[in-house]
Amino acid sequence: MAETLNRGPVSGTAVTSPAKRKPFFVDFYSTAVGKKYVMALTGMIGIGFVVVHMIGNLKMYLGVVNEGELRVYDIDWYGEFLRELLVPIMPRTYVLWGLRLLLIAAVLMHIHAAYSLTFLNRKARSVKYQSARDYQVANFASRTMRWTGIIVALFIVWHLADLTWGWANPDFIRGAPYHNIDTSLSRVPVAILYIVANIALGIHLFHGTWSLFQSMGWSSPRFDSWRRGLATAIATIIVVGNVSFPIAVLAGVIEFDPDAINCCIEGEEGG
Amino acid sequence: MTILTNITIKIWRQEGPDTEGRFETHQIPEISDEASFLELLDILNERLIEEGKEAIVFDHDCREGICGTCSMMIDGQAHGPQKGTATCQLHMRTFSSGDEIVVEPWRATAFPIIKDLMVDRAPFDRIMEVGGFITAPTGGAPDANIIPIPKPVIDASMDAASCIGCGACVAACPNGAANLFTAAKITHLNLLPQGQAERYKRAEAMVEKMDEYFGSCTNHGECEAACPKEISIDTIATMNVDYWKSKFKNRQHLDR
Amino acid sequence: MSMNLDANIPEGPLADKWQNFIANERLVNPSNKRKFKIIVVGTGLAGASAAATFGELGYEVEAFTFHDSPRRAHSISAQGGINAAKNYPGDGDSVHRLFFDTVKGGDFRAREANVHRLAEVSNEIIDQMVAQGVPFAREYGGLLDNRSFGGAQVSRTFYARGQTGQQLLIGAYQQLSRQIGLGNVKLWNRMEMVDIVNIDGRCAGIVCRDLLTGEFSSHSAHAVVLATGGYGNVFYLSTNAMSCNVTAAWRAHRRGAAFANPSYTQIHPTCIPQADDFQSKLTLMSESLRNDGRIWVPVSADETRTADQIPEDERDYYLERIYPSFGNLAPRDVSSRAAKRMVDAGQGVGPLKNGVYLDFADAIERLGRSTIEERYGNLFDMYERITGENPYETPMRIYPASHYTMGGLWVDYELMTTVPGLYAAGEANFSDHGANRLGASALMQGLSDGYFVLPYTISMYLSKLLNKPIPDASHEEFTKVENEARDRFANYLAIDGTQGPDYFHRKLGKIIWDYCGMDRDADGLRKALSDISSLHEEFKKDLKVTGSDKNVNQTLEKAGRVDDFFELGMLMCKDALNREESCGGHFRVEYQTDDGEAVRNDEDFAYVSAWEWTGDPLEPNEHKEQLEYEVVKFQTRSYK
Repeated sequence: MAETLNRGPVSGTAVTSPAKRKPFFVDFYSTAVGKKYVMALTGMIGIGFVVVHMIGNLKMYLGVVNEGELRVYDIDWYGEFLRELLVPIMPRTYVLWGLRLLLIAAVLMHIHAAYSLTFLNRKARSVKYQSARDYQVANFASRTMRWTGIIVALFIVWHLADLTWGWANPDFIRGAPYHNIDTSLSRVPVAILYIVANIALGIHLFHGTWSLFQSMGWSSPRFDSWRRGLATAIATIIVVGNVSFPIAVLAGVIEFDPDAINCCIEGEEGG
Repeated sequence: MTILTNITIKIWRQEGPDTEGRFETHQIPEISDEASFLELLDILNERLIEEGKEAIVFDHDCREGICGTCSMMIDGQAHGPQKGTATCQLHMRTFSSGDEIVVEPWRATAFPIIKDLMVDRAPFDRIMEVGGFITAPTGGAPDANIIPIPKPVIDASMDAASCIGCGACVAACPNGAANLFTAAKITHLNLLPQGQAERYKRAEAMVEKMDEYFGSCTNHGECEAACPKEISIDTIATMNVDYWKSKFKNRQHLDR
Repeated sequence: MSMNLDANIPEGPLADKWQNFIANERLVNPSNKRKFKIIVVGTGLAGASAAATFGELGYEVEAFTFHDSPRRAHSISAQGGINAAKNYPGDGDSVHRLFFDTVKGGDFRAREANVHRLAEVSNEIIDQMVAQGVPFAREYGGLLDNRSFGGAQVSRTFYARGQTGQQLLIGAYQQLSRQIGLGNVKLWNRMEMVDIVNIDGRCAGIVCRDLLTGEFSSHSAHAVVLATGGYGNVFYLSTNAMSCNVTAAWRAHRRGAAFANPSYTQIHPTCIPQADDFQSKLTLMSESLRNDGRIWVPVSADETRTADQIPEDERDYYLERIYPSFGNLAPRDVSSRAAKRMVDAGQGVGPLKNGVYLDFADAIERLGRSTIEERYGNLFDMYERITGENPYETPMRIYPASHYTMGGLWVDYELMTTVPGLYAAGEANFSDHGANRLGASALMQGLSDGYFVLPYTISMYLSKLLNKPIPDASHEEFTKVENEARDRFANYLAIDGTQGPDYFHRKLGKIIWDYCGMDRDADGLRKALSDISSLHEEFKKDLKVTGSDKNVNQTLEKAGRVDDFFELGMLMCKDALNREESCGGHFRVEYQTDDGEAVRNDEDFAYVSAWEWTGDPLEPNEHKEQLEYEVVKFQTRSYK
């Protein structure tokens, strides 16, 4: 990047030595526009996951269901269903792990692209404006993406420690989501953490969902007016859905009752 | 015509690219609301010269909002508070008596300050030089009417082509990105039948040249809000698609 | 001293001259072209298109602009359109008709052969610009749209909204950018040409001042093209951009290039009237507005009501009344003077009573607001931004303002000035518009010179220099001229008087506007000459330039330009005084009919006055190029 003034004539600025093209992904990812593409694609994977995850969690509200002889919490049964996806075509948990790996890769790439673009953007304005800016349309969501992103990333780690690995929940029982959620979210500070993190997630999605259309170049007079609406809808649904769980737990709507079920908890190995 | 009184101008002064700058404050006791903002600076400059001080350097030329030379942040907005208006077309009736107006140069690493409010926007020319054209050497062009172009297409192309290259998009962008400038030119030419032959080569070359100087787009939309020609960020979407496609098309066709 | 004013017009009937020229011209072999270096000063329509085309042809090209980028030149401000004899609407246009209209519009003071060539290449310009991606307006069927433009009875004007100049300039800039990118053209930006250097009777190069560092440098070349625009800013208030100036042309004039017809300046009828005393420039509203707007003033000089309160029978639609066949589309000079007469009679409108109404109420009623918005939306918006009034509701106020200068450096058919190897293109030369330019012809001429004329004609001169060494920039003459320029600029700083250059420019402009503006008379011109001369003396003693000459100093730049405007102003008045007739943009009140129409004198004044610099700005030498008309017959322009 030019720092000082160059005087003298300018010529031959488009003449480049024919360089061998780099491998496709490296080539594409090397530009900011390419990185934004990757952010949009990985963002879509993230949105897809978050939506499905939230819908899956709604099974909390179905409570106990009868599966033949068995009485189980529906969400626990759903967890088992995920582990058994495509069985017997694939061995148990293989598909789930495939999806998890895809998700992990997406999150890592999303973070890497965000990190390097932030770095680039800092460099692009090395001297800041010395007077106050008066932003016209840049909203809170768009301007706080990197902060909401960091909050969500940290929350994911906590969330895994809390409800997947169980390190952060002394009452954790492997393979018993209903029980674990209840015990974890009954702790008021944890419930507040969930609420705050999900609001951050909603803000992140509000800009991210709209933004991905631009980054992907999906723009057409026919649906452009829908893009903002879709972003609002996704962000709202995710926040309302996810925030309802800690509230429901604290309100006693969701309450684990060991006597209500006759299966699958204590001693049974989950995946 | 009404007279505005007691305007305070807080304006950036900087000797050269490598020196420290500072804000300087001047009082304008009276100014007609018919005056343009640059005329206010003219009057201030004449006063400075009479006082033996150096006039404030700022880029300006046509004062009709079309040449794109004028370039300043006024009260934290590129080209000031009036929408769709370049600095030179901003009139004092936008302000009120007693206002303090803060004026700063465009700030971007790619636009180093030359002096006071004057910056170097040469990277825009560099982007143009790698692909902002249709290769059609003089002579030998076919009849102008040989390729009909639907009116909506030519209108969309014209919308993008109205870019004046002032740099407000870069100045307004929180990331110092030049996507709107680059996208406007790519959209102007890539929409036209005449521009198809070099469409993907153009998109690839211009985007990658832009990358050497500027930040990245995070879709705030500040550029569109600041653009004196109100060019839409839809053009950025067009550029993104063409860049993405260029990576396939150019690999297939250009690398043989 | 005698001056060679041979126009080098090719043999043959008028319509064949250009083709005969091409058929017989001396060419430069492609492999020899890179041995020739051409300097192009200015990167507007003419300069950018010439530099790009020279680069494509293989010449070594250096382009100079005092702007930060070649995309800024004032060509960009042209709104209305560009003429061509395509006859797409089938309304009877032809090359001959465009040629004839241009000669007639120029009041029979243009060189026939040049104008015919201009009309011939007009069609190629449109083809070329469309191929380059200029988004000219189109019909729903996808074909190009045309509109009629002030003074023409056919629709031959191509346009791109109200931004035709911008789109054409960006088109030429794109071509130039490509050549810069490829390495065929070297671009020097923010460099102002401050003198030319002649060695052994030919132009050997230029001296420039770097506007960022204040350094002076010399640049040698086989040929130099000045495409540096017109001198309308001599009026101070004009529609020209702030930096438009005469310096390049004037310095060439001082080094031996004849300056032709300086008094032919065009006053554009539709500009926004001055709003207050410290206004820096005037803004033009495209003449195309006259296609749908009706011009009127109140009948009574004492009128105090707003426009909508004035009943129809108390309005004077004076253009429709005086010129029934052309009405609101009467040519620029005719409608400008008519507006001046109305304002002088006290019938002006607006707070300063210095304008006339341009009213769209009828057009909006007839065509609907959306059609008017489609046609003129951006112009209406611009008007509202500047005046704070909404022209959809209240009529626009307009008044004439200096806009274009037909005069300029004298050039022959090949666009070469009286200095061998020094060419002038676009508005900087005098060649094609005679005493008055038709609307939408400036863009045409700039592109014609740059794309289609100079690339052909320059080889006539260059071919003679093949394998002959030319002096480089270390030659003592370059050093001498460079030192003179350095001293001149150091002197502006050294005067240390009390007033900045704008003070003098404003006063100079007022003198020229008052005495050498829309109408002129002998006494006024004599007074102007002495006033300008004494103001110039005051300038030399009382100028104040602050800052240094070692970095950006816009005050110093301005001082140099104003200095040259003084001398040009004197030549304008001298030329206007000398030309005892009224023609085109030059209207002498002594030479008019009883009802105020211009009286031309073809007997005595059918010539180009080409002025030679003698060292005393008040005593230039006049040379005459007699205008021979083979095809066109003199006739009195009548737009009644």
